[in-house]
Amino acid sequence: MSGNMNITLKVWRQKNTSDKGRFETYQVPGVSPDMSFLEMFDVLNERLVAEGKEVPIAFDHDCREGICGMCSLFINGRPHGPNDGVTTCQLHMRSFKDGDVIVVEPWRAAAFPVIKDLAVDRSSFDRIMSAGGFISVNTGNAQDANNLPIGKEIADEAFEAATCIGCGACVAACKNSSAMLFVGAKVSQFALLPQGQPERKQRALAMVNQMDAEGFGACTNTGACSAECPKEIPLTVIARLNREYLGAEFCGK
Amino acid sequence: MTSPKLDSKIPEGSLEQKWTKYRSTVPLVNPANKRSLEIIIVGSGLAGASAAASLAELGYKVKVFCFQDSARRAHSIAAQGGINAAKNYQNDGDSTYRLFYDTIKGGDYRAREANVYRLAEVSANIIDQCVAQGVPFAREYGGMLDNRSFGGTQVKRTFYAAGQTGQQLLLGAYSALQRQVGIGAVEMFARHEMLDIVNIDGKCRGIIARDLVTGKLERHFGHAVLLCSGGYGNVFYLSTNAMGSNVTAAWKAHKKGAFFGNPCYTQIHPTCIPVSGDHQSKLTLMSESLRNDGRIWVPKNIDDAKAIREGRLNPNDIKEEDRDYYLERRYPAFGNLVPRDIASRAAKERCDAGYGVNATGEAVYLDFAYNTKFKYGKMEATKKGIHNPTEEQLKELGTAVIKEQYGNLFDMYKQITGVDPYENPMMIYPAVHYTMGGLWVDYNLMTNVPGLYALGEANFSDHGANRLGASALMQGLADGYFVIPYTMGAYLSSEIRTKAISTDHEAFVEAEKNVQEQIDKLFAVNGTKSVDHFHKRLGKIMWDKCGMARNAQGLQQAITEIQQLREEFWKDVRVTGDANEFNPELEKACRVADFLELGELMCKDALHRNESCGGHFREEYQTEEGEAMRDDNAFAYAAAWEFKGVSNWELHKEDLKFENIKIAQRSYK
Repeated sequence: MSGNMNITLKVWRQKNTSDKGRFETYQVPGVSPDMSFLEMFDVLNERLVAEGKEVPIAFDHDCREGICGMCSLFINGRPHGPNDGVTTCQLHMRSFKDGDVIVVEPWRAAAFPVIKDLAVDRSSFDRIMSAGGFISVNTGNAQDANNLPIGKEIADEAFEAATCIGCGACVAACKNSSAMLFVGAKVSQFALLPQGQPERKQRALAMVNQMDAEGFGACTNTGACSAECPKEIPLTVIARLNREYLGAEFCGK
Repeated sequence: MTSPKLDSKIPEGSLEQKWTKYRSTVPLVNPANKRSLEIIIVGSGLAGASAAASLAELGYKVKVFCFQDSARRAHSIAAQGGINAAKNYQNDGDSTYRLFYDTIKGGDYRAREANVYRLAEVSANIIDQCVAQGVPFAREYGGMLDNRSFGGTQVKRTFYAAGQTGQQLLLGAYSALQRQVGIGAVEMFARHEMLDIVNIDGKCRGIIARDLVTGKLERHFGHAVLLCSGGYGNVFYLSTNAMGSNVTAAWKAHKKGAFFGNPCYTQIHPTCIPVSGDHQSKLTLMSESLRNDGRIWVPKNIDDAKAIREGRLNPNDIKEEDRDYYLERRYPAFGNLVPRDIASRAAKERCDAGYGVNATGEAVYLDFAYNTKFKYGKMEATKKGIHNPTEEQLKELGTAVIKEQYGNLFDMYKQITGVDPYENPMMIYPAVHYTMGGLWVDYNLMTNVPGLYALGEANFSDHGANRLGASALMQGLADGYFVIPYTMGAYLSSEIRTKAISTDHEAFVEAEKNVQEQIDKLFAVNGTKSVDHFHKRLGKIMWDKCGMARNAQGLQQAITEIQQLREEFWKDVRVTGDANEFNPELEKACRVADFLELGELMCKDALHRNESCGGHFREEYQTEEGEAMRDDNAFAYAAAWEFKGVSNWELHKEDLKFENIKIAQRSYK
């Protein structure tokens, strides 16, 4: 079942990290409103393979159900496109109109270098996690789970922070390319929970230091990160991160 | 008789004592020697990440490979509903034995008793470990962990974190892994795909991997190699798996000697969003946990079904007495919570009979209206002291509870279908979800190739012919956190004198050359059709002839069709770009080439198994009521296939002995 929408795409093409890159325009006829945005790219890529003139457009994606965080795309100036609270893979063409021109770019941030076309390198996030995004508990060390009661409100708030999918939309949305929402989400999850207390201070310091070392910018409280977050992580995690970091600094830890 | 080539290495002793005794007596490797032993792990999902973290904590040198851009993306992340554990926190009669029993019965008596009992034993430790890591499971107001029910059980033993349990568990394991990466105990290779294993003197000693960014082939040595690479559901093209999920790691190992166990056991999940059109790239699951509160039905009258399909009738207008809650009707004891294979077949049966409710006729309703109003709405009204609530009030109060429990799933449904499930019943249909089959492993999780292990969905071991809901997360983490750290000692304790082998060894050179040749061959075809074109056609053959229902004639046809399709692929596929760059088309081509071989083996396995069991339903073998009919005299064994060449396999059998459970016809009535 193909549809009847005609879409014009202006897509960023860049052969590799060192290539300068440019926009290319593609007409995509017969788009169904039930297609996801990435399925429209599948259709276009299928055509590019058939024509054999240029290689298909590279983009990151995997689960296509909004949870793995692998898909990205800056669509008409917004990370993950026009709808609130969804990833690109969950964006459907019914959100667009016949005849629309859609501009598609990769995440733009110094700490996320372009690998090819729309795919970027987000390994900086992994390195921030390695610096302190964990509770140091070896396998086998745990006590019975119910020996540690945790109030429902606290558990729910920690869970809300923990739903971050690490996609990088917050960085892409920020004019300073700050990663404070990403770091704040992980720091908040553990700062809220009793399990996270022993390493609370060093965690905040280590993650922030690594974030700075990776070249992410400073936070100037514009709130674009939270507004564009597909999981709607609240700005309060940044406030908490600031408190945690300053508290740790003052303690000289 | 079990084939002499299959030694399951099940320890002696009573079922309850086997694991306790074994892990207390299995040989150990001392800490100094661990530092010189290298372990390669392929895949970073629950099994891979938990194994990598745990083994690195013990002091082994670990390398982890994943094809995604980060270990955190592995498809375990998408698991929704929960993880089982025999904690008996609900005081409802759960125990290690009951989880063991439910799993064996749910698997239709086609799993190994000793492995399943061990799984049930360690299940409780998993929850403890995850909570210690800061995994924010759902809790009750008193601060204790909450549980929900899943299919195939009559107790509440499923721990959960809203509809994102897999995400939270994987992020827990990923955090533990990144901690080891940070201190240099694990070396991480993201955006790398394993394309072959390397065997030296009969033992697995390493892998060939392709750096997906540069296209460079790399050789990596390991004293042991762990495949934690997930299942092969994407052989059907459309499935709930991630786009990149593939069989390549397991298949390359199979072609280098590892036996493939029960390849035909595929799980078709009953509650997925139906196919909407040809453009569809994947199917989306709606968690089994929804069956706690959703009731499955189709219209009782075929004319109503027709009117709905034609858009003349709204399902909300169909009266209660004109609805057929077919699972509650057929299986009163378990109702909507029958195991997945049974729920899927029942949906297919109703749709085949003409009662389907969407345009294609392939959908049934999953309806929350009743429980929203009369379960949660009433409960909330009572709590709030509202004595004579109107139906509107009940709906409003109940909807808030439903939102808290399943909000993200309802949102996802609306995103994909454009229909609001708070106002209309969901439409669902079965879809390929999980593969119980996988590499044959012994009690130590080692394949028949010494030094090569398979964990999680990649192995065949614990779920028999049908996996119960919320048991995949349990198995992946059990294998990685609590089984492999012990059982590796049985092998590695005898490897402490083996020095790291140079990757200039001829076996590495040869393996890399073969991988390079396959890549060159793919480009050389330079045909006219895309990789996806072939993948879609393969998927259709598999779904039509080796899907929810199979028969001998169809399977024979499928084998011929797959052979022809494979031939066509190698004559007419077009792979664009070149090998020395980031090239997703080449990645897909390598994976589909393997699916085209696996599909044939799945059909061959399904054809040889002249019985129905669990997810394997042969139309020729069913009871009068349409239930699966096993043949325990002839088929109470695990089938392990040895690769002998193209389209040529030898079958080895491992007899399954049931000494602690009386083997019986599965009944959920």
